[in-house]
Amino acid sequence: MGQITLNQITKRFGDVEVIPPLDLEINDGEFVVFVGPSGCGKSTLLRLIAGLEDVTSGVISIDGQDATTVPPAKRGLAMVFQSYALYPHMSVRKNIAFPLRMAGLDKAEQDRKVDQAAAVLNLTDYLDRRPGQLSGGQRQRVAIGRAIVREPSAFLFDEPLSNLDAALRVGMRLEISELHERLKTTMIYVTHDQVEAMTMADKIVVLRAGNIEQVGSPLELYKNPRNRFVAGFIGSPKMNFIEGAEAQKHGAHAIGIRPEHIEVSETDGPWSGVVGVSEHLGSDTFFHVHETGLADTITVRAGGEVGFRHGDRIHMTPREDVIHKFNENGLRIS
Amino acid sequence: MATQHSRSAARIMMAPAVILLLGWMLVPLTMTLYFSFKKYLPLRGGDLGWVGFDNYVRFVSSSTFWPSVQTTLIIVGGVLLITVILGVLLAILLDQPMWGQGVVRILVIAPFFVMPTVSALVWKNMFMDPVNGLFAHLWQAFGAQPVEWLSNASLFSIILIVSWQWLPFATLILLTAIQSLDSEQLEAAEMDGAPPLSRFAHIILPHLARAITIVVLIQTIFLLAIFAEIFVTTGGSFGTRTLTYLIYQRVLESQNVGLGSAGGVYAIILANIVAIFLMRIVGKNLDA
Repeated sequence: MGQITLNQITKRFGDVEVIPPLDLEINDGEFVVFVGPSGCGKSTLLRLIAGLEDVTSGVISIDGQDATTVPPAKRGLAMVFQSYALYPHMSVRKNIAFPLRMAGLDKAEQDRKVDQAAAVLNLTDYLDRRPGQLSGGQRQRVAIGRAIVREPSAFLFDEPLSNLDAALRVGMRLEISELHERLKTTMIYVTHDQVEAMTMADKIVVLRAGNIEQVGSPLELYKNPRNRFVAGFIGSPKMNFIEGAEAQKHGAHAIGIRPEHIEVSETDGPWSGVVGVSEHLGSDTFFHVHETGLADTITVRAGGEVGFRHGDRIHMTPREDVIHKFNENGLRIS
Repeated sequence: MATQHSRSAARIMMAPAVILLLGWMLVPLTMTLYFSFKKYLPLRGGDLGWVGFDNYVRFVSSSTFWPSVQTTLIIVGGVLLITVILGVLLAILLDQPMWGQGVVRILVIAPFFVMPTVSALVWKNMFMDPVNGLFAHLWQAFGAQPVEWLSNASLFSIILIVSWQWLPFATLILLTAIQSLDSEQLEAAEMDGAPPLSRFAHIILPHLARAITIVVLIQTIFLLAIFAEIFVTTGGSFGTRTLTYLIYQRVLESQNVGLGSAGGVYAIILANIVAIFLMRIVGKNLDA
């Protein structure tokens, strides 16, 4: 079981309110990702759930039990830290066994569980090494192993992949997703990387300045963002926002159109502009189009073979059915 | 230092420092060795010629030699024990966020700024004096007989005075070490179900191992040579005669430079034996 409910949680550091009253429901077995720009309170929220920070007011319940004042060790949650927080003077085996040792399990039982976790995480060959002798990805796995052996009701991940290089990050992302499939345990994952959020989450919680902007599945957020912030944050490259006359035509204060929903052509289309930087990724090409009279830059995605060059004048056609309309307050209309 | 030219320039630049340090070490060492093989009594005839290993044999066979070695080791060991244990505790205490942290830290470091002679005199006259000392008054306030610290508990008193001087050093080094501990490690241990004492034993203490090693090594070097504290308090009586003090007595009180020099060579040997032992015990903390 791993069902967590936050009810009117607030957190203040002195006079600064980091988390205004906040409600959130996390269901058993869900992979929930907290995503938002840095300083949005997502890590604080995770630490509140872990019990490493005290809430200023509100109630946290885990599996229906009030856990607001329960010490971290008794909440049945395991955390993987951004710095991994491995114990440098202990071997990998001792690191993984540490929570079991603290729980007073006998040696044979400890060894059995550690071997099991090591097998799951491909760490069997490294059990006698020290953390300092491991690569970043291996350290990450040890940290996860230390969390797994406790058989927690939920895993908490605090930006676990931010110290890894790009290739490893993709690999570890898959491993964590697979682990979730296998264990079916609740996981709460904090990241500022919307790609990680989109690829891993069952449910994404978008945070800004401690407020929940929107909760939903990745595709829901992509298709129906509640406001301009979510619309701009989810999706890569970012959505284009256009204000002024063009937006008026659609009866909105601002309209948003994703780069992948604009067609480009040499000759015809309602919008036109001059190609600035073009990013050729092979499968896709992103054009940053200037002098459109709509916005500073419009980003457009085209196929990999489309070969416009810097300075070319091109024409663009937005797909009318996927234009997002926003009012003055940034909220999405229809 | 890539080119031939810059390398030779570096050598020339470093030469003065190297030569100075070499001279600083070699001249006294050579002179000590030179005198240790001579019968040299400045007030009783001066240089009376070579005597071979005579001085060495006489120094060791003197009834005061082994007790002085023992005293030296007890003082070094006692001070190390007190400063390391209290230093760790104080460092943990000072690491806690509290009001007036800056002032408290400076106050803790203060004893280190006081000259050994001065602090020993302050202890002797203000605290340990059996008539007017603060301890005497304290004892009397409880109706007890004042302790004559420097004659009845002389060794302990010296250890106390020297510990008071060296505690700031240990605290300072251990405090900086504690501050470098990643707080996420402590939080991880907390999540892993480790109560405060286990966190201390399994996370903080291993983290401090290297700093403790450094404190022990550096303090040992200085503690083997303490002199002023003994000179101004007991004057070497009541069982506080260390090897250093014995050498001083041989050279200046008995005016026997040769015998004292031989003692000096023994002191070098003792220091090296202690150093080798320490390196064996704690030295492995320094790699990794």
